[in-house]
Amino acid sequence: MNSKAIIETTGLTKNYDHQTVVDHLSFRIMEGEVFGFLGPNGAGKTTTLLMLLGLSEPSEGSVSVCGLDPLRNPKEVKRIVGYLPENVGFYGDMDALQSLEYVADLNGMQRKEAREKGLEALRVVGLTEDVYRQQVGTFSRGMKQRLGIAEVLVKDPKVLFLDEPTLGLDPDGALRLIELIRSLNRDRNMTVLLSSHDLFQVQKISDRVGIMIRGHMVAENSIEALARDKFGVGDEKYTLEEIYMKYFRED
Amino acid sequence: MQGLIAIYRKELADHFSSYRFVILFALIAMVSFITSYMAGVSLKENLEGVAKPKFVFLMLFNTNVALFSMVQFVSFFGPLIGLVLGFDAINRERSDGTLVKLISQPIFRDAVINGKFLAGVTTITIMLVSIVLVISGFGLALLGIVPGIEEIWRLAVYVLISIFYISFWMGVAILFSILFRGIATSALASVALWIFLSFFVSMGAGVLANGMAPLDGVQGSKRENIIRHARIKEIVTLFTPMALYSQASATIVDPTLNTTSILAFYRMGPMEKLSASRFQNPLPLGQSMVVVFPHLVALIAITLLCFAVSYLVFILQEIRT
Repeated sequence: MNSKAIIETTGLTKNYDHQTVVDHLSFRIMEGEVFGFLGPNGAGKTTTLLMLLGLSEPSEGSVSVCGLDPLRNPKEVKRIVGYLPENVGFYGDMDALQSLEYVADLNGMQRKEAREKGLEALRVVGLTEDVYRQQVGTFSRGMKQRLGIAEVLVKDPKVLFLDEPTLGLDPDGALRLIELIRSLNRDRNMTVLLSSHDLFQVQKISDRVGIMIRGHMVAENSIEALARDKFGVGDEKYTLEEIYMKYFRED
Repeated sequence: MQGLIAIYRKELADHFSSYRFVILFALIAMVSFITSYMAGVSLKENLEGVAKPKFVFLMLFNTNVALFSMVQFVSFFGPLIGLVLGFDAINRERSDGTLVKLISQPIFRDAVINGKFLAGVTTITIMLVSIVLVISGFGLALLGIVPGIEEIWRLAVYVLISIFYISFWMGVAILFSILFRGIATSALASVALWIFLSFFVSMGAGVLANGMAPLDGVQGSKRENIIRHARIKEIVTLFTPMALYSQASATIVDPTLNTTSILAFYRMGPMEKLSASRFQNPLPLGQSMVVVFPHLVALIAITLLCFAVSYLVFILQEIRT
């Protein structure tokens, strides 16, 4: 991780139907870090991710991703950011490799390159060769999540936005997925913005966390610093869950 | 452009491999072949020992031997193809969670709707051209008459009009798939609009004409009243794409039709009718085009308008997961 901010928001605000979902949000994510993005349901995390990608227009404020404005340069931003939505969908009649080739096609890759990238992504996420030609509609939840990450990896992104990637996975599946995310961050220096309710897993891999409640970022720091701030000691004595609940109850 | 081509290719493959499209296409192709075959057999019998008249080949498409001709059948059931191609274009992507995945790729958002619309139009084009070509082949074998250049041009214009007509209905279905989140809702809304515009408007036109210019028990000039009645009915009916298409395609495929309006008949006096009957030669294609030009412009305009509204609504819609 270095000290260069790769994502920066200033006064980011989003109103839906006269309701403020994201309220003057300002935070920074450094290059190569894993940033845990926490908050209760409806806190505005997904809306923030959509604004970072340029898929939703902010009502106020500004966003910068790798120095680019997602609204002015949507294609460039989407080329360097891989996004795994909370309920990622697939075309059930396609097989795993076809799904990846389609994503590669959307990214402007030629057929041969698309095949190579697809196979490599499938290997990285740990899907075995016997499922490459299996229809995605028959995949388990865990396999679909892995395939979702493989689709994100096809375009070789610099930044990963993962929205609840462990949702619905069994403990073993969640653990393996978290290890995969950690290895992508470590081996490929990918910056990861991880939105999750699985605080135990987030604590294991996050360099810093941000806690968002009712559209506000109420805390943003390393887990150790947050523990010190709330309990006066380092994070060895307190879990992220306890720290999070402390902020949640106080707000 | 890269996203547009990728989505176009996928959508095209989806259309041709979907059961619902294959079934509907098979139904329309089958009925078209049967009606054209019956028309061909009937024409062959009637033409025996008769000097070869002009434009026999076109009669394969517009001769009403069975319940309806091929042209009438397409005007009635063609919209179903359009509706089937578009009713779940966007809302299925949304409900399956693939829409966000698509637009988070480095493509512009309009590539999604453009790709879907273009793939639909291509599917309609391939379908119509193949049906017309197969029927033409039938005709060649059955009648032993080679179509003239003008007949081929007329068929090409007919196919073009049909493409716009069915594309309009596909545009309506795509618009509803953007407006309604439920797939069943968008399907029902599309079918309801089709039924309303195809049946109820013409019924309503009659009722309105009866109300505004009743034909029975009216004092004064009966001829003027009939013309007024017919004019009201015709104006209201022209608000339906089916009427626009039926009149345009019938005039193009049947060169002896020199007007789309029945008013011309009412307006003529007895001597004018007698005089006009002496000049019943078929119109050249250029003249037929002039006759149906307003219909063509209206069909193209409503198709483009429908697509433009779909495009705008889709682009301006908030994306929420």
